[in-house]
Amino acid sequence: MPALGKDLIGLETLTADQIRLILDTAEPFKEVSERAIKKVPALRGKTIVNLFFEASTRTRISFEFAEKRLSADTVNVASAGSSVSKGETLVDTARNLEAMRIDMVVIRHGSSGAAQFLGERIASNVINAGDGKHEHPTQGLLDLLTLRDRFGSIAGLKVAICGDILHSRVARSNIWGLTKLGAEVAVCGPPSLLPRHVEELGVTVLPRIEDAIAWADALNILRLQLERMQAGFIPSLREYNRVFGVTRDRLARAPKDLVILHPGPMNRGVEIDSDVADGPFSVILPQVTNGVAVRMAVLYLLAGGTTAVSAAARGEAT
Amino acid sequence: MPSRSLLLDERAIARTLQRMASQVVEQNRGTEGLLLVGIQRRGVELAERIARLIETAEGVDIPRGKLDITLYRDDLQAVGARPVVGETRLPGSLDDRTVVIVDDVLYTGRTVRAALDEFADFGRPRRILLCVLVDRGGRELPIHPDIAGLTITTRPGDRVDVSVSELDGRDAVELARGD
Repeated sequence: MPALGKDLIGLETLTADQIRLILDTAEPFKEVSERAIKKVPALRGKTIVNLFFEASTRTRISFEFAEKRLSADTVNVASAGSSVSKGETLVDTARNLEAMRIDMVVIRHGSSGAAQFLGERIASNVINAGDGKHEHPTQGLLDLLTLRDRFGSIAGLKVAICGDILHSRVARSNIWGLTKLGAEVAVCGPPSLLPRHVEELGVTVLPRIEDAIAWADALNILRLQLERMQAGFIPSLREYNRVFGVTRDRLARAPKDLVILHPGPMNRGVEIDSDVADGPFSVILPQVTNGVAVRMAVLYLLAGGTTAVSAAARGEAT
Repeated sequence: MPSRSLLLDERAIARTLQRMASQVVEQNRGTEGLLLVGIQRRGVELAERIARLIETAEGVDIPRGKLDITLYRDDLQAVGARPVVGETRLPGSLDDRTVVIVDDVLYTGRTVRAALDEFADFGRPRRILLCVLVDRGGRELPIHPDIAGLTITTRPGDRVDVSVSELDGRDAVELARGD
């Protein structure tokens, strides 16, 4: 049985065992990045295309480091400056890349479902690096790994995801991953930024940030995604900070020291204050370090799976 | 029905490791610069035991490390599901040391080839010695052990099983004959 299948689209479709396999595989890869020569030949000869239709610094560079440290050959395609800006469809772009004999595609796209759509139509492995408001599985995995490093185990942990849940693929991947591994999850944010029926994902809604701080072992503070907000979801950034910002004063009233996560990029002074972001319980930079190890693990595991193409792709490939 | 025969029991393994420990010191002309590196998994336990025997005999600390060669295998493209990767930990620099690779069974030589490649990425040892508990023949690469506890001839279908008490609850080397 292939360990993960052909693609990594989201954590929703993975089993707890598959998630644990990725986290366990990431452990030895942490050490590779500490070596003087940060490179192993595991993916030598594999060609990987990083297809980014949305702006990204951290995720794209993290994937690129992961690929290069496994000795894969990589090509970066951004939508600006490529034929995508001339109106080529996603499938045509990918098929043309595939005609050059590639092995894997890492895709970030503004539309939910883009990664799965692509995975069903091309034979290469597809890794979702964030699709619209759907999922960002490698971010969810690196958050899990960071929490496991800190607490030893995910089961029984209380994690509050705070802020803009509505627009957040990170929230969704976190909710799936955490609940599958046995954590309790709560979400906290203004009602306008919570998805409707969010309770159906198995989470508790805490309306006030003070409640979240009093309840949780760890806070995963999400970025206010200003670029995705066309309408008035919040009155003002200042008011958001006043009501929902994670500040040192608020944390000082917590019954215990909370571990602080943030997927970045941070809006300092909006959802998180600098005192907290740079404080002793922040694991924001360890998250970034773990991101490379988790992505190496995913690349390594997928490269060993079968290249069996889904039925849809076989039908269209003839 | 494949037949199993015991090649070395607990006491024979202890005697063999004692001799191997002496040979390591002999070949290095002392303990200066020695580093024992066990190949995951059972090589790690054997390296630990040989290091302790040298420490008892010579009264010095012998550094040890562990190496997982999975990411340097030459058949990664061919295998299906990816094998689990173990821990690699090497203490400090390899430069100007005598690195002793310790493994349980030497067969095709491909594991050792991968280990040599991996060491090259960690530094430049003065010398690398290969020390195995069982040399079962059947090499596919020009690799030869410097120290072998037991040398036997086997057929391709055979299996040599090394058990160590730390992982398997007992010490034994067994040969399972294939059909």
